Amino acid sequence: MKNVIEVTELRKNYNELTAVDRISFEVEEGEVFGFLGPNGAGKTTTVRMLTGIIKPTSGRISIMGFGIEQDPIKAKQLIGVVPELSNAYNELSAWNNLQFMAELYGVSRGVAEERAEKLLTKFDLYDRRDHKVKTFSKGMKQKLTIAMALMNDPAILFLDEPTSGLDVRSARLIKKMMRELNNAGTTIFLTTHYMEEANQLCSRVAIINHGRIAATDAPEKLKTRIGGLEWVEISFDTHVSVSDLPDIPQVLEVRSSGDKLQLYTDEPGSTISRLVDYARSTDRTIVTLNTLTPTLEDVFIKLTGEGRAG
Amino acid sequence: MMVHNIPDQVRRACAIAKKDIRIYYLLGPVIIFGILSPTFLFLAFMMGRDLPVDFLIAGLMGMTIFFASTSVAPVIAPIETQSRNLERIAAAPVTITTVLLGDVLASVLFGIAISFVPILLGMAFGVVVMHPLTLAAGIVLATFCFSAMGLIFSAAPTSVTSSVMMISMMVKFPLIFVSGVFIPISDLPSWGRTLAMFSPLTYITDLCRYSFQGADAGYYPVLVDLGALAVFLVIFMTAAIKLHEKSLPERL
Ligand SMILES: Nc1ncnc2c1ncn2[C@@H]1O[C@H](COP(=O)(O)OP(=O)(O)O)[C@@H](O)[C@H]1O
Ligand SMILES: [Mg+2]
Repeated sequence: MKNVIEVTELRKNYNELTAVDRISFEVEEGEVFGFLGPNGAGKTTTVRMLTGIIKPTSGRISIMGFGIEQDPIKAKQLIGVVPELSNAYNELSAWNNLQFMAELYGVSRGVAEERAEKLLTKFDLYDRRDHKVKTFSKGMKQKLTIAMALMNDPAILFLDEPTSGLDVRSARLIKKMMRELNNAGTTIFLTTHYMEEANQLCSRVAIINHGRIAATDAPEKLKTRIGGLEWVEISFDTHVSVSDLPDIPQVLEVRSSGDKLQLYTDEPGSTISRLVDYARSTDRTIVTLNTLTPTLEDVFIKLTGEGRAG
Repeated sequence: MMVHNIPDQVRRACAIAKKDIRIYYLLGPVIIFGILSPTFLFLAFMMGRDLPVDFLIAGLMGMTIFFASTSVAPVIAPIETQSRNLERIAAAPVTITTVLLGDVLASVLFGIAISFVPILLGMAFGVVVMHPLTLAAGIVLATFCFSAMGLIFSAAPTSVTSSVMMISMMVKFPLIFVSGVFIPISDLPSWGRTLAMFSPLTYITDLCRYSFQGADAGYYPVLVDLGALAVFLVIFMTAAIKLHEKSLPERL
């Protein structure tokens, strides 16, 4: 597989603040590459540099062989961008917004009209094509923004938190669209702070925090990185609070979740036998006992040392 | 600066101009500052003064072109900052020069269209355009020049349209008084005449006088007028590109 994005030692300073700190990574053709990190991690700054919107302080970015600083027009011609906070033109109709994008990218009129019809139909906006965007809901606007980014039939599509703040239905539609596009061969660079979204969609994920990449790998491989750590989930017939449990040396963290207790441990086996001992000695019955495989969120917490996002 | 495919970029600039025309021509500040304010200013100064109609029309013409062409370009950047359309444009395969050229083109077409108002008004009063080609060349050059000047007003990375309009008014009003609009340049004191040399409005007003009132009414030779407008255009456009290149990232 060939690399369509190559990033070397990329850095961006805003005065004193280093928003992105010497990150390097590659994105292969046909991937859905996830950039996962909390707010302020440096995701938007990175996407803006990759798409030629802002200049890096240092480092090198190559988009399908074109340096974004050396050959910006050629590089930008090949990509589609859905910025985090962008809008279509409110005063223009959906149709005119799409045609404007086509003209900006030099797409011929015939191709542009055909493509616009297809995209509007696919995003369920065809009936509203002649309406001004200001009459659209947030979800409709976001769908149009994505359609605009697809008017030049990009080889790589960048989406910066595309489902953030959307209703469940619009978010699901956008995720479905990303999968379809990817199946049709488009490489996707997706930033998100939703672990589950990255887990569902991405073939590889880079975990970014405080401007640094903590790890880059396939989601399942990342999960194995946290070694034998697992959650053991248990519930009893009577209420047991976290403080009632005996000290188990292999347990790193205990939390309650509804009527269940969850224990984070690197030795699930011995933890379970200790719990069974505890139930027997206190005359309680165990109602359920499960081990939970680690989620991307657990990996994230382990790698970044951040508290749980909630 | 890289050399890109120039015809391609010009076509894309036209797309930007088309978008600007669709969105910004009918905007309040554009109508107020571009059309209404020169009209009222003109009426306020000319009312009750006994001046020949061809002198009046030439002055009105210069001022109208000036106000109309400087009214569209400066509102685009702050509005697109506010409405968050700019990041889209910044991600597109166009240079900043292309974007600004598009904005200038929209502004030029507005200026040219509005300039027909004083011409037709003058013709209704019996004023004859003696040098239509010179006038046409002057109008085109001047609208480009003033549109580029308008871009400089919006170079600060603000999203507040009214503050841009205020800066622009603070520059535009004083210029009217040293540019031979209300008082012929030859009647100005010597410091006034020196100041007039630095105002691009002087040269288009002078060209209008020449075109409407005949060769004697022109203060500078026609080629000097045209040359000066071209020089101002190059200076303004270069400055606008440099300033916007710097301010664009701060707008996002
Ligand atoms: N234009 C800017 N000027 C100054 N600081 C900025 C600017 N843009 C982003 N930052 C800072 O850089 C850091 C990374 O921001 P950002 O890339 O937007 O994060 P994310 O998209 O991951 O939420 C944050 O601390 C943010 O405050
Ligand atoms: Mg962001």
